[in-house]
Amino acid sequence: MADVRLETALDPVAEIAAFNARYATSGGIVTFLGQVREGGGVEALELKHYGPMTLPGMTDLARITQLRWPLDGLLIVHRHGVMHPGDPIVLVAAAARHRRDAFAAADFAMDHLKSESWFWKREKTATGWRWIEPRPEDHEDLERWR
Amino acid sequence: MPRLVFLGKLEDIAGTAELTVAPGPVEQILATLDRALAIELLGEKVRMALNGSLITDMGGVTLREGDELAFLPPVSGG
Repeated sequence: MADVRLETALDPVAEIAAFNARYATSGGIVTFLGQVREGGGVEALELKHYGPMTLPGMTDLARITQLRWPLDGLLIVHRHGVMHPGDPIVLVAAAARHRRDAFAAADFAMDHLKSESWFWKREKTATGWRWIEPRPEDHEDLERWR
Repeated sequence: MPRLVFLGKLEDIAGTAELTVAPGPVEQILATLDRALAIELLGEKVRMALNGSLITDMGGVTLREGDELAFLPPVSGG
């Protein structure tokens, strides 16, 4: 029921259209798209993953999300590799009979993707590449679900 | 041969993503590495995974033929 993928490319419009068509009987579908922010002097962003753990961890997150809310369907697509401002990074879609379950499930999945999934991010600016340290806010976001 | 895998900024510090090492206890293997790298690998925020599963303590862990020990700094994804 969950569709969980780690990709080098992501077409949000096509993914959302396909997901919506697949769950035509759901009353509510919430989609979240994370993209590379423009500005701040960032020229490129690279997300690295670890094969033995990243996708298995995302799959486990999808399983837990579905245990917590009654969903008709769940989609998680995360990119890895080099991206540029405006590029999509991550797409989460949750389909449910009622909207609140879809909102909460997408929110929960995103908070955990941000702070618990096995990704490492670095940014390129005029001065070169720099690894990004985790933000305290990401861990505060997780506390909402405990 | 066992492999050490360095993720995130640890790859830059190690100067390589992977390092093939001789089989043996992890403590002994780390002692053969560059000291500055070993200190980073033993940082309290760095987690370790043996063959794709997190381990909480390297004490008593011995790497055998084909084992992969990954060093995972704090994540920053999404």
